[in-house]
Amino acid sequence: MEQGRAMLLKVEQVEKSYQSGAARVAVLRGIDLALAAGETVALTGESGSGKSTCLHLCAGLDRADAGRIAVAGQDLSGASDATLARLRRDTVGLVFQQFNLIPSLTVAANLAFQARLSGRHDADWAARLADRLGLSALLDRYPEQLSGGQQQRVAIGRTLAARPALILADEPTGNLDEATGDSVLDLMLELVAETGAGLLMVTHSTRLAARLNRQVHLRGGRLA
Amino acid sequence: MWRVALSALLSHWRRHPLQLATLLLGLALATALWSGVQAINAEARASYARAAQVLDQDRLDSLVPARGLTHIGQDVFVTLRRAGWQVTPVLEGQWSRAGNSVLVYGLDPFTAPAGSLPDAMQGEGRIADFIAPPGLAYAAPQTVEALQGVAGLPPLVATRGMAPGMLFTDIGIAQTLLRAEGRISRLLILPDQPLTRPALTDIAPALERRAPLQQADTAQLTGSFHLNLTAFGFLSFAVGLFIVHSAIGLAFEQRRAMFRTLRALGVPLRVLVGLLAAEVMLLALAAGLVGVALGYAIAAALLPDVAATLRGLYGASVSGSLALRPAWWLGGLAMALAGAGVAGGQSLWRLWSLPLLAPAQPTAWARASARALRWQGAAAGALAVIAVLAGVYGSGIVGGFLLLGALLISAALALPGLLALMLGGAARLARGPLAQWFWADTRQQLPGLSLALMALLLALSANIGVGTMVSSFRLTFTAWLDQRLPSELYVTARDMAEAQRLHAWLEPRSDALLPIWKVEGTVLGGPAEVYGVADHRTYPDNWPLIVGRDDVWQTLARGQGAIVNEQLWRRAGLSLGDAIPLPGGAARPLVGVYADYGNPKGQVIIGVDDLTGLYPDVDRRRYAIRTDPAQVPGLKTALVDEFGLPADNMIDQGRVKEISLMVFERTFLVTGALNVLTMGVAGFAMFTSLLTLSTMRLPQLAPVWALGLTRARLARLELGRALLLAALTMIVAVPVGLLLAWVLLAVVNVAAFGWKLPMHVFPTDWLWLGVLALAAAGLAAAWPAWRLARLSPTALLKVFADER
Amino acid sequence: MNARLLILLGALLPLPALAQGFAGLGQTTNGYALPERGTALHFPDDHGAHPDFRIEWWYLTANLTGPDGTPYGIQWTLFRNALAPGDPGTGWSTAQAWMGHAALTDETGHRSAMRLARGGTGQAGVTAAPFTAWIDEWRMAGQAAQGDDPLSALSLSAQGADFAYDLDLSADGPLVLHGDAGFSVKAETGQASYYYSQPFYRVSGTLTLPGGAVPVTGQAWLDREWSSQPLAEGQDGWDWFSLHFEDGAKLMAFRLRGRDAGSAFRSGTWIAADGSATPLSPDALDMEPLAETRVAGRAIPTQWRLALPARGVDITVQALRDDAWMDTLVPYWEGPVRVTGSHPGTGYLEMTGYE
Repeated sequence: MEQGRAMLLKVEQVEKSYQSGAARVAVLRGIDLALAAGETVALTGESGSGKSTCLHLCAGLDRADAGRIAVAGQDLSGASDATLARLRRDTVGLVFQQFNLIPSLTVAANLAFQARLSGRHDADWAARLADRLGLSALLDRYPEQLSGGQQQRVAIGRTLAARPALILADEPTGNLDEATGDSVLDLMLELVAETGAGLLMVTHSTRLAARLNRQVHLRGGRLA
Repeated sequence: MWRVALSALLSHWRRHPLQLATLLLGLALATALWSGVQAINAEARASYARAAQVLDQDRLDSLVPARGLTHIGQDVFVTLRRAGWQVTPVLEGQWSRAGNSVLVYGLDPFTAPAGSLPDAMQGEGRIADFIAPPGLAYAAPQTVEALQGVAGLPPLVATRGMAPGMLFTDIGIAQTLLRAEGRISRLLILPDQPLTRPALTDIAPALERRAPLQQADTAQLTGSFHLNLTAFGFLSFAVGLFIVHSAIGLAFEQRRAMFRTLRALGVPLRVLVGLLAAEVMLLALAAGLVGVALGYAIAAALLPDVAATLRGLYGASVSGSLALRPAWWLGGLAMALAGAGVAGGQSLWRLWSLPLLAPAQPTAWARASARALRWQGAAAGALAVIAVLAGVYGSGIVGGFLLLGALLISAALALPGLLALMLGGAARLARGPLAQWFWADTRQQLPGLSLALMALLLALSANIGVGTMVSSFRLTFTAWLDQRLPSELYVTARDMAEAQRLHAWLEPRSDALLPIWKVEGTVLGGPAEVYGVADHRTYPDNWPLIVGRDDVWQTLARGQGAIVNEQLWRRAGLSLGDAIPLPGGAARPLVGVYADYGNPKGQVIIGVDDLTGLYPDVDRRRYAIRTDPAQVPGLKTALVDEFGLPADNMIDQGRVKEISLMVFERTFLVTGALNVLTMGVAGFAMFTSLLTLSTMRLPQLAPVWALGLTRARLARLELGRALLLAALTMIVAVPVGLLLAWVLLAVVNVAAFGWKLPMHVFPTDWLWLGVLALAAAGLAAAWPAWRLARLSPTALLKVFADER
Repeated sequence: MNARLLILLGALLPLPALAQGFAGLGQTTNGYALPERGTALHFPDDHGAHPDFRIEWWYLTANLTGPDGTPYGIQWTLFRNALAPGDPGTGWSTAQAWMGHAALTDETGHRSAMRLARGGTGQAGVTAAPFTAWIDEWRMAGQAAQGDDPLSALSLSAQGADFAYDLDLSADGPLVLHGDAGFSVKAETGQASYYYSQPFYRVSGTLTLPGGAVPVTGQAWLDREWSSQPLAEGQDGWDWFSLHFEDGAKLMAFRLRGRDAGSAFRSGTWIAADGSATPLSPDALDMEPLAETRVAGRAIPTQWRLALPARGVDITVQALRDDAWMDTLVPYWEGPVRVTGSHPGTGYLEMTGYE
């Protein structure tokens, strides 16, 4: 995606609030964020600070109440559902805390899934990824037969297989123990660097955040 | 993208083959019962149509005897032809011997309308054999088979495409077979007529011109019977749809996480919904095909009995073998697709309106909140009102079925609420933590099981209702037969001269000789028979009158009145004193009404002298003989010796009753079979619901297990829960079933057959049915319980490990 | 009439114009009576039916003229066919089947009708004296004075869906016996029939057509023939002429076609104006089709040259309507003709067995 020096992700004055019982809770109160291609940014904050909401907005999974979000030059504010779906398919890659693998598909099928969905399946690349992620021996298994670390490596592989320009990760190691989490994160950062994608990662751990290029902290609905 | 996403969706079924089987089997069963019934109906209708099409009678005007005459003289045919009228004669009559009965259809191939004869007759090159004694008889292959070895018939030629139960012979041969020399039943008016003809009234004043039979008489008579079958098929289909609905709903719920992932990965909602709709239709198509095949098997198995019923009850001949007609198998497929659409529509709609980020946790797929229960209760109430309105204001068979449908669905909708109330009450009374947990947990499970329980309720109510109707009918019918058949022996002479000799010979040898003479014709717009009765105490002693004064029989003897059977009375809405117009123009005031079960035709009884006065040419060959029952065998032997009377011309009381009861039993054989099948479907619905629930219930059971209950104990409790729910459903089913029986007896029967029956109650039958219901529930719960008992502790432990 | 019923009956009723084809008349005759040379015909008895013989017909054609000179032709035919030899039986089971054909032809078209019946019920039959031949309401009834030949005066009626006629006929000449005193040979192998005619009818009466009633006058010719096997094996059909010449003479001529060309069997009778008849030897006649017309998918010769050199006859026979097609059980061509050449006149032509 040749965008020149244009920002890969641009968030301007974005606001979002939710109805909770009778009250309306403002989660994001006008945040600004920019992320360039090849840059890795950690989004930290306490539980309930709105990290995940911010990430969901960037992925087009939800819509902002106010402000503007652009991904690879595409303004998300007025985009149709179909446009958002295409964006998720072609430009953005998502990694969740709940690995969200498709339980009825094998590891191999899960790995190739998004790449095939977006029509960018590359068997060599997929094989190399599987190798790098240490999944080569597990390709015929089903997700429920894998450990948590293995499952998350499949989820990361699934995202990277499609070579997205922007990777959005939500606590990718949150369900893993520290040692496993570290090794999975190392692997992810290595591969992100290789593909030249931008990464926005939500985490509550300052230790992990420190390993990324840049950290932004969310507090009281604003970025610090 | 479509292909990738579809393969992901379909991969679910590969991992859940049992669920797939449930869905397919449920839909297939529903389709099978529906299309089976439709196949039977289609076959019957085709048979009626074929019979009506013989000689193009469905297109041609006909000339029939007027003024109550029973036949047309053959000379009238010649007179008409020689005057220029292009008409062709038909002689029709039932030929019976030694328990074999067949409709003989005599025609004249020389004057028959062009192209109206059965195809196979056209290719045969044997007209000389056809018209010269003993002639040839063309019949459907199964009819030829059935008549194999029966003496007294012409050589039979099996001919495809002919209506069953009919023989086509030359009219001359038919006259001999039917002992109707010189007689014609009616004349068909051919479409092409020459330039000039004298007016019909000038040359054949004793004939009446009648419009073509738009629909065969039999089709009208049997319409209600087929509607009954259809209603049953629909009930089964509805029960089957419960299974499909729950299976599809479950499959959707279990894949909600997958839907969310797919959408997160960029599959647009429109595509996802489209794919799921396509998936449902694909599955429906596959299940529909299996269902149609099963339906064919069911229909093929039941058809011979249905054919026997229709023959016995209505005299309608229906092919005993089944043809694959597009009308019903396409209809079956359409029902499968529509059913799957209805069952899947709700799930699809929920997916469509669901926000992308809604919790993807699999919830109990039919978790009914208190609000849903209230809504369901309101719908049940509304339907109950509709049922009452249909009962009060509705009329005819459609009103009856509307009442039935509203009643059943209302009861089904009200069931979960009722059960929740009962379980809630039990929970309040429960002592001890385990009992409290049991009741509360049972109540919590109710939403997941309610569809299956509703299906069970429908099946049980239908069983009780139909069972009560059949048993009431049987009781009434046998009692009525005993009254109605007082005479010990019935004889038919071969001709009038013999009848006179028989009369003279029998008079001193019997207590009484009662004529059974009748003419057939049209009374108040429908086919009817007019009988004459002698003035004899047999009738006042034995004939149950529904309405009528004490002097009815004397009035008849004086020729001053008529009595009619219940069906004619109800159909025409008659009251005492109304004039009953008889065929031929005479009329008699109505003085009474009698029950006449099992007769599709209207019937009028007048005095026998009145009958012979009105219809001088009435067939006078039949008599009923009152005598000491011990004398009957001797009398029969003497009749054979003295008159050489064939055995077929004599029938004793016992045999008549035997035949009548056989017809009766056959009539309800099909109903019984469908009942059992419906029960089976309901049991299966229960099984699938329990099975799917069992996989989702681990998080609820694991804590109880952890707190110290063995898996075996848990399994026993699960089993007990299923039995308890079935028993409670049975309790609700009894009043619903009795209501259903009342509707069938007092509303549907009157509309369908024209008679009303008193209702009798058979509590032992319910007990037996209750045992059956418990057995079904127990069987359905057994496997899930067994699986639970054998579940590895790690599976239960995983519940705690998983962050749910 | 529907084709399928026709096949049914056609296969069963071996009448002259039925589905086995005309060649069916060449079937064997087991059990039926056969014509014998030297048997004298007796009238009026022989006007009636001969149930021992398989086939028989009463065949009348008339050439008529309207008040304005418009030519018309009518046909009235009753065929009898014994379905089985021996006792004809009674009532419905009789083996005697009857078929009537009627037609009315003018320059605008050809209309025909057919009737079927069996004997024994009274629907169709023939009585010799008083003479009546009937099927349904169609009738040919003797009107002759006592002592005259019952056929010398007739009333004749028939109708179809779109035509009717009602005619009075009276003969001004004697009956004519063909062949050897009524024994008419049909093939080299000796097949024969009994055959006589009454060709001298004067006709008057009324035709009913879609346009209304038309009074007509003209002349008619009645053929009577019965046999059990008039055609030899290998004969497919015939071309048959009955011609009235203006000078009062008449000619009956026929040709029975063999399966191979040139094997035709020719015969005929020259009838002088006074009624004296002379049988014609097979080689005395010359018959030659001049033009064919496509009728009902077949090539039908509708123009002929006839020559009888011994009598100085050399004529052209032309159909009034080329489409005088009888669409009956097995169809055939039967229609009025105009005669020009040495002996001008009118007549009828019948052609069978064209496939």
